[in-house]
Amino acid sequence: MLQFTNICKRYPSGQEALANITFKMPTGSMAFLTGHSGAGKSTFLKLITVIEKSTRGQLIVNGVNVSRIARWRIPYLRRQIGVIFQDHQLLYDRTVFDNVALPLVIAGYRHREIGRRVRAALDKVSLLHKERAYPITLSGGEQQRVGIARAVVNKPALLLADEPTGNLDPELSREIMALFQAFNQVGVTVLVATHDIDLINTLPYPKLTLKNGCLAYNGFAEGRHYG
Amino acid sequence: MAEAQQQTGKPQLRTRIQAYGINHLHVFFSSLGRIWRAPFASLMTASVIGIALALPAGFYTLLQNLQQLSGGWDGAARISLYLHNNVSLSQAEKFAKQLNTTPQIEKVRVIDKDAALEEFKALSGFGDALDALDSNPLPMVIVVTPVVDTENPQRVENLVEELANRPEVELVQLDLQWVKRLYTIMNLVQRGLIVIAGMLALAVILVIGNTIRLDIQNRHSEIQVNKLIGATNAFIRRPFLYTGFWYGLFGGLTACVLVVTALSLLQGPAKRLAGLYDSGFRVVNLGFGNSILLIAIAILLGYLGSWLAVGRHLRDIEPG
Ligand SMILES: Nc1ncnc2c1ncn2[C@@H]1O[C@H](COP(=O)(O)OP(=O)(O)OP(=O)(O)O)[C@@H](O)[C@H]1O
Ligand SMILES: [Mg+2]
Repeated sequence: MLQFTNICKRYPSGQEALANITFKMPTGSMAFLTGHSGAGKSTFLKLITVIEKSTRGQLIVNGVNVSRIARWRIPYLRRQIGVIFQDHQLLYDRTVFDNVALPLVIAGYRHREIGRRVRAALDKVSLLHKERAYPITLSGGEQQRVGIARAVVNKPALLLADEPTGNLDPELSREIMALFQAFNQVGVTVLVATHDIDLINTLPYPKLTLKNGCLAYNGFAEGRHYG
Repeated sequence: MAEAQQQTGKPQLRTRIQAYGINHLHVFFSSLGRIWRAPFASLMTASVIGIALALPAGFYTLLQNLQQLSGGWDGAARISLYLHNNVSLSQAEKFAKQLNTTPQIEKVRVIDKDAALEEFKALSGFGDALDALDSNPLPMVIVVTPVVDTENPQRVENLVEELANRPEVELVQLDLQWVKRLYTIMNLVQRGLIVIAGMLALAVILVIGNTIRLDIQNRHSEIQVNKLIGATNAFIRRPFLYTGFWYGLFGGLTACVLVVTALSLLQGPAKRLAGLYDSGFRVVNLGFGNSILLIAIAILLGYLGSWLAVGRHLRDIEPG
């Protein structure tokens, strides 16, 4: 699903965010991306959705060479990837329902189908009763769950989450991780960036550890077969 | 993964095309709703566009009216026949009577040279100087009003030629000069109007472009989120293009109302004036066809303005 080959990312400011990353993530697997603050986790995920472009190396996402993707293809690539953002990225002038429906509207689903799928996604994150609420009236954890519902509503093949449990209590964090595990069990490839070491140490998935932009530990290369 | 692949299967092409149409319809009305929800700002924009378009449209309609008017006066051309000096008053009157029977001539009036001289003395103030002359220097004049024939203006010219060949006539003068001058002036005005209309059209494009630019700025985060979750540029552009369409439509309607109202106000006085001059002239208003044309132009300008703004500013908004 993901294949990094000698990926480097240097921001225009001169900041070297990622250096020489090489690894491979099989389709249908689930993994955690860890590392200290500023290690490059968000940058790593941004490369996959082409929010940023690598300055060197080759990156293949779901069979598409993202390093040299044409501009007009980027939206279609993004539709195959569900992303949960560190800062939610919800639209605060739209209801929860409309926020979650957005990927389906963009992809051109019909009205009835949109209603069905949005309610199914909201049901999964236990927010069905809030579909008419505005995100601003929700708690941080609820907003995070709206973001998750939006990320999975289009049934993406790949799910990326950037600090999905950033400011949630341990109980809620575990619930959200359980959600990701459930998605993974139906075949979705899941990559979660987090520095919540305590939580991920209780879960049996490979870890990728970034340190100052270098891949210090690659759980996929450690012999054990995951996926 | 096979299962997931199946689940991710995009909607079928047919439903996608249907949904595409529905999305257009949805955006069409939701952009109207957005305009509706900021009635004051929208009204201002529409008014600016309306005024900018009403000016050239109104002047153009007035010009058309003037053309119609001068066309009516064209037939009122007069032909002055300056007779030879030796022609006496009685001879002139006989000649005039003869001319009056010609079918191309409607009216004939003889100006007696002695009467003309007296009048000139009284009016010009050269009385004493003229007294010094031993003979009357003025010629006998016959003023001929030709029959109005707007379809065949050549006939007047033929008549002039015919009259010039008469032995009594020394000189023929057709008073068409002023008509020609009026035409030249109107041509000039028309050209000036085209230049002004072009500049105002540019102003409309800029006004709409600027409004859309602000709209884009206000919806910065929405655009960003849409791009993040896979919206194409066409999808993101759509609401702004439709907003431009609506501004154009409302601006065009405003312009129509302004022009029609202004010309209606002119209609009454113009009719009274025309009555005084015994003319059948009446102010012709914008009309249905021209109204549609004006609105279509406004919509086109609105679309163009938003298209330019969107092309210029959407590129700058990239998630990151
Ligand atoms: N847009 C940017 N321009 C310049 N430098 C950037 C930009 N984004 C990130 N960086 C830098 O790149 C490095 C990696 O940042 P990144 O956001 O990937 O870290 P992170 O691991 O996600 O950190 P955190 O856990 O705090 O979210 C940091 O040193 C950061 O300062
Ligand atoms: Mg981060």
